[in-house]
Amino acid sequence: MAKNIAVIGDGESIKGFSAIGLDIFPCDDNEEIPRLFRRIADSDNYGIIFMTEEMFALAEKERRRYEEKITPAVIPIPGVKANSGIGTKRLSSFVEQAVGSDIIFNN
Amino acid sequence: MAIMNVNPTRMQLTKLKKQLATAVRGHKMLKDKRDELMRQFLDLVRENKELREKVEKELQNCNSHFVNASAVMSKEALDASLMSPKQQVNIKVSSRNVMSVEIPQFSANKRTNDSGDIFPYGFAFTSFELDDAVMSLNELLPDLIKLAEIEKSCELMSSEIEKTRRRVNSLEHVMIPRYQDTIKYISMKLEENDRSSRTRLMKVKDMLLDKAHNYSGH
Repeated sequence: MAKNIAVIGDGESIKGFSAIGLDIFPCDDNEEIPRLFRRIADSDNYGIIFMTEEMFALAEKERRRYEEKITPAVIPIPGVKANSGIGTKRLSSFVEQAVGSDIIFNN
Repeated sequence: MAIMNVNPTRMQLTKLKKQLATAVRGHKMLKDKRDELMRQFLDLVRENKELREKVEKELQNCNSHFVNASAVMSKEALDASLMSPKQQVNIKVSSRNVMSVEIPQFSANKRTNDSGDIFPYGFAFTSFELDDAVMSLNELLPDLIKLAEIEKSCELMSSEIEKTRRRVNSLEHVMIPRYQDTIKYISMKLEENDRSSRTRLMKVKDMLLDKAHNYSGH
């Protein structure tokens, strides 16, 4: 099955992605994010949803429903603003969940 | 010692022994599953870490290109140049089974394969910074898709490992000892019953002999 790739974030950070063929959903209203995310995730058209780190944090509750599913893969990417390290923290939380303690990122 | 609430009968004993054998076999298999999953997961996480660092660095790079472009061009012109994309990316989603965990595999499908043909604007009125930005973002796309694939796999595997680990621990530290204790309890109870009925029989025999022949066994 062919699916598309969505990018959610503030307009400034993500407008470049439309040029390379991804579907962008600019959203500058933080309260709109959860609803927007759910609409995109439920539409089942998207295999991957990239979200800028701020948006990623805002849609935390909504993301949980898709954690066990194969698609969509919800992936945080750094936006124009400084990299807040959510992506790495998320990885280290996977390690912690699997191993019991973080043995890869603790240095 | 925690034992189950069962009747100490021979039938129950054989049943429990069978269950214990199953539990031990299940424990061994789950432990193997956990170890193999863990090995693959750790490899994947290391790869994920490297890829993420690379992608984040590159994205920062792209973003700075975009910022430069927007400094040279007006916002309207920049937005207009990116507004109607030429390129469209599809991904084919398939899944792979790793130790009973379904992990996704993405393969990208682009509308145009020529990487020089991605610019959705004419070059006459745009800044070269924008060309750089779009080009570097396009080069990053395979890595971004790979990152999504690996990171999703890590997510799915980590929760499966956690579940398996819990199962292994509960079998190892709760279920199996409980079976063993219960089996020990029943067999001791049965032996005890055996001994008590034997002494009773001996006693009855003595009494009968005594009654019939006025004869005592001792």
